[in-house]
Amino acid sequence: MDNRLAYLDYNATTPVKPDVLARVAEALVIGGNPSSVHQAGRLARAVVDQARDAVADLVGASPEQVLFTSGATEANTLAIRSLAAGAARAQRVCAATRILISAVEHDSVVGAAYAADLPVEEIPVTAAGVVDLAALERMLGAGGPAVVVLMLANNETGVIQPVAAAAALVHSFGGWLHCDAVQGPGRVAVDFEALAVDTLTLSSHKMGGPQGVGALVVRHLALVSPQFVGGGQERGLRAGTENVAGIAGFGVAAHLSANDVARSNEINELRRDLEVELQKIAPDVRIFGTSAERLPNTSCFAVAGVAAETQVIALDLADVAVSAGAACSSGKVRTSRALRAMGVPEDTASCAIRVSLGWNTRRADIERFLGAWSELMDRRRRREPKAA
Amino acid sequence: MAYGEKLIDHYENPRNIGSMDKNAQDVGTGLVGAPACGDVMKLQIKVSPEGIIEDAKFKTFGCGSAIASSSLVTEWVKGKTVDQAETIKNTEIAQYLALPPVKIHCSVLAEDAIKAAIADYRKKAGKVAHAAADEPAKVAAE
Amino acid sequence: MSKANIQLPIYLDYQATTPTDPRVVEEMLPYFTTKFGNPHSRSHSFGWEAEQGVEHAREQVAALIGANEKEVIFTSGATESNNLAIKGVARFYKDKRNEIVTVVTEHKCVLDACRHLQEEEGFKVTYLAVQQNGIVDLEHLRQAVTDKTALVSVMAVNNEIGVIQPLKEIAAIAHEKGAFFHTDAAQAAGKIPLDVEDMHIDLMSISAHKMYGPKGVGALYVRRKPRVRLHALIHGGGQERGMRSGTLPTPLIVGFGKAAEIARLEMAKDNERIRMLSDRLFNGINNELKDVVLNGDRAQRIPGNLNLSFSYVEGESLMMGIRDIAVSSGSACTSASLEPSYVLRALGVEEEMAHTSIRLGIGRFTTEAEIDYTVETVVKHVKKLREMSPLWELVQEGVDLKSIQWSDH
Repeated sequence: MDNRLAYLDYNATTPVKPDVLARVAEALVIGGNPSSVHQAGRLARAVVDQARDAVADLVGASPEQVLFTSGATEANTLAIRSLAAGAARAQRVCAATRILISAVEHDSVVGAAYAADLPVEEIPVTAAGVVDLAALERMLGAGGPAVVVLMLANNETGVIQPVAAAAALVHSFGGWLHCDAVQGPGRVAVDFEALAVDTLTLSSHKMGGPQGVGALVVRHLALVSPQFVGGGQERGLRAGTENVAGIAGFGVAAHLSANDVARSNEINELRRDLEVELQKIAPDVRIFGTSAERLPNTSCFAVAGVAAETQVIALDLADVAVSAGAACSSGKVRTSRALRAMGVPEDTASCAIRVSLGWNTRRADIERFLGAWSELMDRRRRREPKAA
Repeated sequence: MAYGEKLIDHYENPRNIGSMDKNAQDVGTGLVGAPACGDVMKLQIKVSPEGIIEDAKFKTFGCGSAIASSSLVTEWVKGKTVDQAETIKNTEIAQYLALPPVKIHCSVLAEDAIKAAIADYRKKAGKVAHAAADEPAKVAAE
Repeated sequence: MSKANIQLPIYLDYQATTPTDPRVVEEMLPYFTTKFGNPHSRSHSFGWEAEQGVEHAREQVAALIGANEKEVIFTSGATESNNLAIKGVARFYKDKRNEIVTVVTEHKCVLDACRHLQEEEGFKVTYLAVQQNGIVDLEHLRQAVTDKTALVSVMAVNNEIGVIQPLKEIAAIAHEKGAFFHTDAAQAAGKIPLDVEDMHIDLMSISAHKMYGPKGVGALYVRRKPRVRLHALIHGGGQERGMRSGTLPTPLIVGFGKAAEIARLEMAKDNERIRMLSDRLFNGINNELKDVVLNGDRAQRIPGNLNLSFSYVEGESLMMGIRDIAVSSGSACTSASLEPSYVLRALGVEEEMAHTSIRLGIGRFTTEAEIDYTVETVVKHVKKLREMSPLWELVQEGVDLKSIQWSDH
């Protein structure tokens, strides 16, 4: 990677790994539509099938359970709409009457939930950012069958959610659980069987693969009611010519991300050192989610009085890329939903930035960040000698 | 779909293409299928006075699997008695050529073609005294 | 004709998908490696660089169809664009208008989206027949459109037979009754000049991989003045003016933009070459074979699509014979099934003729040598298969095939 820049925004998107890129470039030029029966088509079909195996392997599912989509947002929409509408019909059981989403879900989940024709309630999280299972149990008991959505790990704080426990609870009440697991692969092991969820979303570009491709892993195909129809691809559940090159790259990224999990100790150490230094530079720094189990790569923190905006601009000028809140907010200025749900006051939340590490992060990147950040904090101290 | 070697061989080097005189007394003709369904097979057998099939010819309008199926059965029936030829089953054809499931109907058609050719031959043999045999096409239409 | 200067297999299936132009690949690669940011990241230069790439591509795509870049929504491809246009508009306006008019020869995804609205959501859908040449009868269309019609959806160029529909005239008829006009231009963009202003098109679906761009990306043009509104199919981050959420796949979009730019600049030159090759192919075959029928209108078509019926020869067997030439029988999406093409049936092509059809698709990278090899190979195999065909034999003997009572099996 370019030595000049320290990219520390892996939860927004990750650089594509060299092996992935080689496969993408190769697949771009082979051509062929996987639906065509001639040799070129069969070759493209084989590329897709191979990637499907790799993605299935990544989460311990079978290839038949993997549906490729254009990304996580589509997969989340497909899952929520399917569970809310189609699943019950297909299984000939009582239909879902409501949707429960954790208060820290990604925008795409929130959007899809509120767009479905069912009432939506939010499940609270603790101050540490972990979903409140007791509250979930109360909510499940207080109404009809529910579609519940709980992410594997939060994109902003990295806090890992008790998905398997929630799934057991939801199923005991006759509901369905969808898990948005995009931040998991490459950072923690993701096991579809152990999580025992009904549907699970994966995103290629969060694990060193290309953008524009994701997957929905489904327990039974009957759970899915298609949103794009016509053409019969993905067993009729997701029409549209397959993004062959993207899927090929996704497959390689899925395969490689097992190694990244192995490297997570190293990433964890870098993060630990980062957070130790943060506290030395600014003893009043508040790091979020530390009392919960977190992804090894994510650190979200605030220093009261230093606006997030100010920090990211100063850091960008110093060639360090971090983020304030989630990247998907399309420029809308608003504070983080996750931090708000954790009870962080607005004025602190508006000062929070997120540093997220990944497969190509080196100690030098962390040092560059710390250098720039400590300069920023120095300036603040000089300007406001009596800052609280 | 990828095809098996035996199927490709029979498609590329079909055995026994051709026609025999359909009015000859010792020739039985079967014409089965329909153009609108995408496959038509014409299969002819020439039977010796001892009841042995000494020659077989075919022409087929249809996919590669249909062509291979008919080519294969012309090979299989040669040298057999009419009764033996009648026992050939479509499953044997499908298995030998490793037909994909979507092409099984081609083997069914090939079995039908042999049966129709034999029926035509028997009809003629039973009517030796009569002057003219029926049109084979009408036999196919039974 | 020697094979020396040809690389096999020859790709003649440009309607199913096109090879990615090397110039497109080159443009895309930096966006995987050095400019890999999330275009929605507003806090650093990685994000800005990616966003610039996306916005430049949006201009390039808009320029191809005479639109303003603000009217271009990126999607995962034409299937999504068609689903979004049809379901999105129908659902938004359903209280006032609950009818849709489309045509029987549309792409499967348009028909399936309409069928879904009809069967699951109570819309009335009219499926217009086409004339024998594949073109919509404008008088029939005028009768079908009412003041309850929300949307008229007619494709620009047919994927199987290549005929071009009279878009401007169709738009005028839709607008007479206040309906919106959507066109699936997946096979048209980059192949024929399109101008949403001049043609008065309200919504247009485009696919990158049908015009030498990458798979997995497309666009929906949505008119702003007068404004067309629609319900989103994918919700979330609110990208693409709320009509299509999800992280934009920057490299794919950049590739799409480049493909659109190349298409705009080179369309005339490409078409001239393709027309020459197409004539060479058509004439070459017809000089050697009789009873070969071109499906679809002779004049009102793109030159890169020749859908030919080789009478008395079954299409799949011909495809197997010419294995080193990649062509399609029926559309790629349905060719795993044995049903004859519904498009050809809609033109009134008899089933037995529909079974003898092959689509030969010519494109930017097709060479003269490839065409000559194709003529030679096709002629050889058609002759061989006709020798093997009982139908050919009967016809040569003077039998009228219709006089035979065929058995169904």
